[in-house]
Amino acid sequence: MDLDKFKVHGEPLIYGAMISIALATIGILVGLTYFKKWGYLWREWLTTVDHKKIGIMYILAALLMLFRGGVDAMMMRLQTAAPEMKFLDAQHYNEVFTTHGLIMILFMAMPFIIGLMNVIIPLQIGARDVAFPRLNAVSFWLFFMGAMLLNISFVIGGSPDAGWSAYFPLASLEFSPTVGNNYYSLALQISGIGTLITGVNFIVTILKMRAPGMTLMKMPMFTWSVLITNVIIVFAFPVLTVALAMMMFDRLFGSQFFTMANGGMDMLWANLFWVWGHPEVYIVILPAFGIYSEIIATFSKKNLYGYTSMVFSMLIISLLSFLVWAHHFYTMGQGAMVNSFFSITTMAIAVPTGVKIFNWLFTLRKGRITFTTPMLYTLAFIPIFTIGGVTGVMLAMASADYQYHNTMFLVAHFHYVLIPGAVFAVIAGFHYWFPKVFGFRLNERLGKHAFWWIIISFNVTFFPMFFLGLMGMTRRLYTYSKESGFGPLNMLSFVGAVGLAIGFVILVYNIYWSTRYMPRDTTNDPWDGRTLEWATHSPIPLYNFAIVPKVETRDALWSAKHDNIPLYTETKYTKIHMPSNTGKPFILGVVFFFLGFFLVFSMWIPAIVSGIGILVVLAFMSFDKDQGYYIPVEEIAATEKKLMRGETV
Amino acid sequence: MMKQLFPIKHVMGYVASLVLSAAALIVIYGDLSSSANMVVLLVTALIQASLQLFVFMHIGESADSKKELYINIAYAMFVALVTIFGTLFIFVWGWYA
Repeated sequence: MDLDKFKVHGEPLIYGAMISIALATIGILVGLTYFKKWGYLWREWLTTVDHKKIGIMYILAALLMLFRGGVDAMMMRLQTAAPEMKFLDAQHYNEVFTTHGLIMILFMAMPFIIGLMNVIIPLQIGARDVAFPRLNAVSFWLFFMGAMLLNISFVIGGSPDAGWSAYFPLASLEFSPTVGNNYYSLALQISGIGTLITGVNFIVTILKMRAPGMTLMKMPMFTWSVLITNVIIVFAFPVLTVALAMMMFDRLFGSQFFTMANGGMDMLWANLFWVWGHPEVYIVILPAFGIYSEIIATFSKKNLYGYTSMVFSMLIISLLSFLVWAHHFYTMGQGAMVNSFFSITTMAIAVPTGVKIFNWLFTLRKGRITFTTPMLYTLAFIPIFTIGGVTGVMLAMASADYQYHNTMFLVAHFHYVLIPGAVFAVIAGFHYWFPKVFGFRLNERLGKHAFWWIIISFNVTFFPMFFLGLMGMTRRLYTYSKESGFGPLNMLSFVGAVGLAIGFVILVYNIYWSTRYMPRDTTNDPWDGRTLEWATHSPIPLYNFAIVPKVETRDALWSAKHDNIPLYTETKYTKIHMPSNTGKPFILGVVFFFLGFFLVFSMWIPAIVSGIGILVVLAFMSFDKDQGYYIPVEEIAATEKKLMRGETV
Repeated sequence: MMKQLFPIKHVMGYVASLVLSAAALIVIYGDLSSSANMVVLLVTALIQASLQLFVFMHIGESADSKKELYINIAYAMFVALVTIFGTLFIFVWGWYA
């Protein structure tokens, strides 16, 4: 066998990455053995079906990927900080911007949001788990293995290098002969299946498992946003699945879907990619809107203004999100009529989005606002996201877009939308729900330090890019001459990137510091919350609610605290049915990882063996007779007593 | 006993969907006019889709409200039609020529 194709040559950085990956792996293995944690890891995490633990694993993976993607970003900013930099070569730069995009969207933003969904949604609707707990574990492990498959591409075989959108013909076998884009098609496919399953799981959970009395129009806004998001996932991801499968066939089996000869059509890839890709933008942004709605209502001490219009604006966004995809390729050659149509639908999205912005502002109006860390991120989101939205409308005008298309102006625009719209939201949600999951708050002073570093540096990094774009600097440009005049603004942008890195380091240091020194929160409701997740103990017991709450108003907990509408009419515990842990989802994920890896390198026999392995694991899962178990009443009573006294269980 | 356990309906459904997939290959290997080809594809696709919905996805089963099911199917139809006709709109009817 030819071992040479596995190697990536010639870059000291890559050798450094190889060594650090090897050292980290050895460190983890040795550490687990030394502290005798293998059994703990297997019992408590790898086999868990508990939505809270799966959510925590999603968030941990997302934080890891945030740093991987962040290092990519730093390398790009450093390479372009001054004219004629020699830090990265063109090929390496291509790989870095491609993986930066892929990782930040698919392996950072999405899992972070899915992680928060996992932790919070069952609590917010008063359920004890999601509808299909084992399927939930399958989702996580498929996502995780897909992410790992993409990450090893950096040191084994080479990363994808045709941009995160992997446009054909560049991404075809003819023009990208390395295995990089094989990794693209397979890693995204595997994690995409996981996401699709999550979509089904959460739609069923929200439609079928709400606490008694919680009608659709009494659901918390985060739950609404997650429901709509998952509907978009279920309808958008199949398009990606099919497109990726066609890409895989083109690259591995010689089919000609997207080639330029033999009746193939390269532009069809861009078309299918964005049929999925634009709804994908709303998949990461709608839950963010939900998180912000919760935070604004809580820290203004008011109910959310315009609840019904919030719901309908999200429904309209979800429909419109499927009608705008061609605005990503106005310059591809379709006529003025097509571009005008997609211009108008695109601008129409600004209307429901504007409705939401005004609803938040009216919620703030005359509220008793407390400036906590999550609230600061939320307040910063509104003006920054509005800049992103306004430049979006500029880009939406097809004729003007011919000037901006694929310039740094576009790069600035989507970072102004996605960073406040997704990253600030997940950080805010992370700070907001952290005490619910772990039983203590993150330190506010460190949190605010991180906030100011991030918010100022974000603008220093990305605002210059608007001007660079207008000056004519195209995106994905790995170097430029001194005469171009791009130097000073790029240097400014690099300085901002360093500030962002410092901000994120403070954020992580805060997690470490707070774990060691923050006092335990004994109230279970440190922010004076409004919705059901604050009604149970923190940290949350395995069964979430000892007694299922009854809901009569939109802000059920607030009504219980202030209007004397009791949450619980029952007082007696009954035994609780819980799903048992299983290792099969994890094993399935591992086999999928090997299938993906062998297909990337066209190693057919091992790939076929892995494929059969998947079928075998699926068969075992289908014939599983485990019906779960019951937690007896005495155990619930004992746990509740302990939790009431403030002990951990 | 064995007769009750054996999922005859599902096996039949599975075989039928394989046969339908094979039948659609007439379009490639047969020598039909293009409109006849479209008819073959449409008919096999429709039967295939309803087979999946009824045999494997149990759409006829649930007793209480089917509102969610219909909304879901309507949404799926919306997305599918938008994708198909939108693509035709971009690349065929609205292409700059």
